[in-house]
Amino acid sequence: MFPRPIEKSPRAWQLTYQGLLPIALIFWLAPLIAVAVFSIKPAVDFTQGNYWGLPSTFEGAANYGQVFFNSDMPRYLLNSVFITVPTVIGAVGLSCMAGFALGIYRFKSNLLIFFMFVAGNFVPFQILMVPVRDLTLDLGLYNTKTGLVLFHIAFQTGFCTLFMRNFIRALPFPLIEAARVEGIAEWKIFWYIVLPLMKPAIAALSVLIFTFIWNDYFWAIVLTQGPESQPVTAGITSFNAQFRAAYHLMSAGSIVAALPPVAMFFLMQKHFIAGLTLGAVK
Amino acid sequence: MTYATVPDRHPPSPGRRGWYKRNEIAVTPWLFLAPAILFFLFYVIFPIYQSFTVSFYSWDGLSDPTYVGLENYRELMDDSAFEVSLWNNFKWLVLYLLAIPVGLMIALFLNQTVTGIRLYKSLFFFPFVISQVVVGLVFTWFYDPTFGLLNTFLGWFGLPTVNVLGDPTLATYGIIAAGLWPQTAYCMILYLTGLNAVDPEQIEAGRLDGAKGARMLWYIIIPQLKPATFIAFVVTIIGALRSFDLISIMTNGGPFGQTRVLSFYMFEKALSEYGFRMGYGAAIAVVLFLIMLCFIAYFLWSMWKEEKGH
Repeated sequence: MFPRPIEKSPRAWQLTYQGLLPIALIFWLAPLIAVAVFSIKPAVDFTQGNYWGLPSTFEGAANYGQVFFNSDMPRYLLNSVFITVPTVIGAVGLSCMAGFALGIYRFKSNLLIFFMFVAGNFVPFQILMVPVRDLTLDLGLYNTKTGLVLFHIAFQTGFCTLFMRNFIRALPFPLIEAARVEGIAEWKIFWYIVLPLMKPAIAALSVLIFTFIWNDYFWAIVLTQGPESQPVTAGITSFNAQFRAAYHLMSAGSIVAALPPVAMFFLMQKHFIAGLTLGAVK
Repeated sequence: MTYATVPDRHPPSPGRRGWYKRNEIAVTPWLFLAPAILFFLFYVIFPIYQSFTVSFYSWDGLSDPTYVGLENYRELMDDSAFEVSLWNNFKWLVLYLLAIPVGLMIALFLNQTVTGIRLYKSLFFFPFVISQVVVGLVFTWFYDPTFGLLNTFLGWFGLPTVNVLGDPTLATYGIIAAGLWPQTAYCMILYLTGLNAVDPEQIEAGRLDGAKGARMLWYIIIPQLKPATFIAFVVTIIGALRSFDLISIMTNGGPFGQTRVLSFYMFEKALSEYGFRMGYGAAIAVVLFLIMLCFIAYFLWSMWKEEKGH
């Protein structure tokens, strides 16, 4: 293990290390802690310049109540859910199939198609912007959740296929050969043998894509406008315009917008990190 | 006919099998690939080609486009805003790479087994999970000259107030710093996973040979972290060139357009209140795409070498 385990160091350094951890963490998260503190302060603290003192009264419930009951925020949150969940299902579904095809079968253009997915996934969004917006307009899907979902599924399929294909490559191939010898149909091999083995990959990919799509801002402002279809990342800017200079409310709104992926991360931490770091170890 | 109730488990003789059955192994992958490929061609590959085409036209998105040849690209040459954006992209690329060594340092700091370390690791990783929009807001308030934490902090040391985002020379660096926050967290988690897999025997061998500290890190640990470093490099480069959200939220390109990057400038030209110059925007996007293509080609080449190695 590197660096040398702390248990083997002198007692003094061990204590220093234990003391240093929380201090480092507070510095690291300081900008965020500040916003969390802002979000429970009353408006009067800001007008009187009491930015960093203790809150004169605890207004957490009132501030968050405002966000939930007196703004479009719940609407935006719901839109985000209706954009994110279908995208996760669609992208993971398509890439399970594509990953299976690229991971199991040997055919001439295999690597070429695989690299097409990989390369497409790295492309800057702006090269797609004008045509995709135009296409969405032509399909009559501009400013709808469906329009956004369809694009997201297509784009995320690139990354998901890269992930799935590499995962399937690492599965024991003799299993599939054995099934073929038994005369099992290929689609049954996919459904009954490979898919159950892919559960960890599906879990990891689902949390990752959930976070990516929830946090998307660029496509949200290119393909939608207004509270009927915009997700929360785009909605927060309208929210902030509505409550201009009401820092306690803007802070509460930001925290609400950021929370779902954070909750997802803490609930599914193992899968999340496994997904992010796939390939980081040989 | 009692014996007929037992289903026939033998594969039918080759001559009688249908076309699909005979070509099953060759056809199945294409059936499985078809939906993904169609979606991807339709929404990703084909639009790239279309953007190239649009960049040769002058088009406001509504009326008929007029062919102007290379006019858009010629205009880019004299566009000082384009030059600023390109230069800022370069700053992003170089400074964003700081996420890699800093991420490694934090990973080394946290790679211990004291109680509660798991929670510390998660909390250090936390900024990556938050959307860039919220990171942008959080840092806008962090830099605020009247109540921002940064200036409160500087005040303790008797230093003068800095209006980071209002200063044309400082603003880009301020935004990059905000972007580095989640990016460093990402690199940290990559290295933490990498450090977990470092071969303990090599470390022991190194210790016996008297290697420790920086020498151990440089000659024994970092070579073993190569896969993690490669991924950190890929995601950091891509992240740097994709920067858009933070700029849009924190400064909206200002002050005086000094924080624009290509991705933002393209959006501004093609879709914002400054007018719908789709052709000109597409030309900017093509330039950004070509820059990115150099990196993509390098990444694919590395991956291809890796594939051949297996």
